[in-house]
Amino acid sequence: MRHILSLLVENEAGALSRISGLFSARGFNIESLSVAPTEDSTVSRMTIVTSGSAAIIEQITKHLNKLVDVIKVVDLNESDHIERELMLVKVKTLDATREELMRLSDIFRGRIIDVNENSYTIEVTGNSDKLDAFLKALNPDLILETVRTGVSGIARGERAIRV
Amino acid sequence: MNKSKPILRGAEIFVQALKDEGVKHVFGYPGGAVLHIYDELYKQTEVEHILVRHEQGAAHAADGYARATGRAGVVLVTSGPGITNAITGIATAYMDSIPLVVFSGQVPTSVIGNDAFQEVDAIGISRPCVKHNFLVSDVKDLASIIKKAFYVACSGRPGPVLVDIPKDVTANSCAYDYPDAVDMRSYRPTVKGHPGQVKRAIKLMLKARKPMIYTGGGVVLSDADAELIEFTRLLGFPITNTLMGLGAYPATDRQFIGMLGMHGTYEANMAMHQCDMLIAIGARFDDRVTGDLEKFCPHARIIHIDVDPSSIAKNVPVDVPIVGDVKHVLQDINDGLKNIRERPDIDGWWRQIKDWQSMDCLRFDRDSSLIKPQRVIELLYELTGGDAYVSSDVGQHQMWAAQFYKFDKPRRWLNSGGLGTMGFGLPAAMGAKIAYPDETVVCITGEASLVMCIQELSTCLQYRTPIKIINLNNRYMGMVRQWQEFFYEKRYSHSYMDALPDFVKLAESFGHVGMRIEKAADVEAALKEALAMEDRLVLMDFITDQTENVYPMIAAGKGQHEMHLAPGSEERELA
Repeated sequence: MRHILSLLVENEAGALSRISGLFSARGFNIESLSVAPTEDSTVSRMTIVTSGSAAIIEQITKHLNKLVDVIKVVDLNESDHIERELMLVKVKTLDATREELMRLSDIFRGRIIDVNENSYTIEVTGNSDKLDAFLKALNPDLILETVRTGVSGIARGERAIRV
Repeated sequence: MNKSKPILRGAEIFVQALKDEGVKHVFGYPGGAVLHIYDELYKQTEVEHILVRHEQGAAHAADGYARATGRAGVVLVTSGPGITNAITGIATAYMDSIPLVVFSGQVPTSVIGNDAFQEVDAIGISRPCVKHNFLVSDVKDLASIIKKAFYVACSGRPGPVLVDIPKDVTANSCAYDYPDAVDMRSYRPTVKGHPGQVKRAIKLMLKARKPMIYTGGGVVLSDADAELIEFTRLLGFPITNTLMGLGAYPATDRQFIGMLGMHGTYEANMAMHQCDMLIAIGARFDDRVTGDLEKFCPHARIIHIDVDPSSIAKNVPVDVPIVGDVKHVLQDINDGLKNIRERPDIDGWWRQIKDWQSMDCLRFDRDSSLIKPQRVIELLYELTGGDAYVSSDVGQHQMWAAQFYKFDKPRRWLNSGGLGTMGFGLPAAMGAKIAYPDETVVCITGEASLVMCIQELSTCLQYRTPIKIINLNNRYMGMVRQWQEFFYEKRYSHSYMDALPDFVKLAESFGHVGMRIEKAADVEAALKEALAMEDRLVLMDFITDQTENVYPMIAAGKGQHEMHLAPGSEERELA
C-alpha cells in the first residue's frame, strides 16, 4: 500500500543522503521524495511517498526514526491528510491544438505560465492521480517535457507536525 | 579573554577533548592529514597512543578494548587510505553494536571535492556502517562534535561514530569549551520500558508451560548480567544465549542449556522449536539463530525487549514488544515478579529438556591421536579457570570456542558475530590486553584468519601485550571446507592452503615465542607452558585433525529442529 511519510530533519549536510541511503541499503521503495527548509531554517521538512506492507512501513518508520538527523516521522496515512504535487508540462502547440490545450488546462485547473510560438508550459497542481490523469488526457506526441516536484503532504485540521 | 575558555588550535582542542572525555588509549596510525594532531599527542602523556601496523588493526583493537571494558574504543587515522583501511573494522563494530569513536583526518576544507592527494569521501564511504558521522567544517564545532560523538556512540543501541576532521580545522583556533552534557532534539533513546507493556509481559510469562529465555549481545552491552541472572532465577526458566550473548548468563549454571542457532546445542534449538513462550532479550533474531523463519518457534508467543525499536518485529512478529534499555526493563520486570508468588509449573518441560541434553550433542572423539580442536579449547578453559578474555576470528575455531569455553562472565568473549570478520581476533585480543594488562587474554584463531592481521604482532611487541594465540591449524579454511564437504560434494575449491608460513619462526621473527604442537598428548603441557610465560606473547601452532567438523549444524535455510548431528549420534525422531 502507498504511504506518505512526513519527516522533520535537521537541516544539515548529509541528512538527505542518510535517508536515501537507508532506503537503497534496505531495499525499501521511494516513489517520490521532496525536501525543503521550513520557517525554522534549522529544520527541513521532507515528504516521502513509499509503498509496502504494514510490516515494511513499520520498519521504514522505525529505521528513519533511528537516524540521528531525523527529528520526527509521521505516517500521514494514519489520519486525514491533504497531498499536493506540482507539475510543469511543456507541450508542442500546433495551430489546430492551441485552443484544445487551453481548454484541457482549464478543466484541470492548470495555468499556462509560458507561451511560445510553438509551445505552452502548463502548471498543474493536485494530488498525484490528478496529475497522472492530466498527462493521460494529453496527446503523448505533444508532450515535450514534464517535471514534477513529488508529493508534499500535510494533515487535515489543527494537528501539526512540529519539533 | 575569558580565562576559563582558553584559545586553542584545533589539534590542541582535539587532545584536550579526549582528556576531558577520560580517554586513556587511542589506536591509530599517522599520516599527512592528521600531523597537527600527532604533534599535539607527542607533547603529552595522559592519552596513550598505540601505533598499530594497519588501520584495520586499529579499529579491531579499539573494538576489542570496547567489548572488554564497555567504554568507547578510540581510533585515529589519516585521510584516504587511512580511513578506507579502517572501514572493515568499523563495519565489524557496527554489526555488533560496539561503541567506537573513529577520528579520520581529511584534506583541507578548501580542496575537499578536488580529488586532492589522499582524499576520499569518508562521510559517504562510512555512512552505511556507522551509527552516525560528522564532518567538522569549522574549528568552533570541534569540541561539541567530539562530545556528541562519544554520547551517540555509547548511548541507546551503541555503535561506531566517525568524525572527519579536515587538516585546516586542526590548525585554526577558537575558544575551547567542552560541554558537560549533550541534548540532541533528534536523538533521545528510550531507556525505560513502557510500564503497561512490562505488566503485560509479566502476565504472559507466568502463563507459560514451555518457556524459553533467549538473550543476545544487548544484555552484555547494557551490563545487565546481574538483572538477567535474577530474572532467570526468579522464574526458573531455561535460558539460551546467542553467540553475541555468551557470558551474560553463567554457562555453568544449571538453567543454561547452551548456545542456540546454526551451531547451537541440540537442546537449545529443540527447546526453541517447541517452546510456547519465548522471552527475547537484547537479541535480534538473526538468520543464524532463526534458520528458516517459516519454521521458527511455531508454537510460541513472543515477548521481545530491545533498546532498538527497529530490531523488534523486523524478522519475526512479536506479541509483547518492550522498547527500552535491557537493564532498566529487567529491573522493572524483576520488581514486578517479586510481588507475585505464582510461578508456572514447568517440571515436565525441564524433563523434556533433560532428555534432549542426554544426547550429549557436543561429543567428539577423545581417543584420537590427532589433536582435536575441541579438546584444545576445553583444556584452555580448564587451565584458565574459565576466567580469560577470549577473542576469536571467524570460522570453525570460533564456533568451537563458543561451544567449549564456558563463559561465566560477560565481556570475556570477543568475537565478530555479525559481520564475521576474519582478522579480528589478534588485534581485538591486543586491545583487550591493553585495557586489562593483568588479565589473561587469549586469541583462538585458525591459520587462515590469523594471517589476515598478522602485522599486529609487531604492535604487541612494541606495547608489551603478551597475549596467547591458539592457532588451530588444519591447513584449510575449515568452515568453508565443511560447507564444501556437506553441500558441494567435497569439491574443496580454494579452501586449502599449501603454502603456509612456519608459524614458529614467524612468531620468533616478530620477537615473540612460537610453539608447534603436533600430538594430542602434548596439548596440555604446551598450554601450561605458554600460559606460564606471563610476560611473553606465545603463538601456539596446533596441528589439528583436518577432517573435524562443527556439530550440531543447522544448514542455512533449515528449521531449528532440522539439525545435522555428529556422525554416530543416536538416531532420534526429530520434532
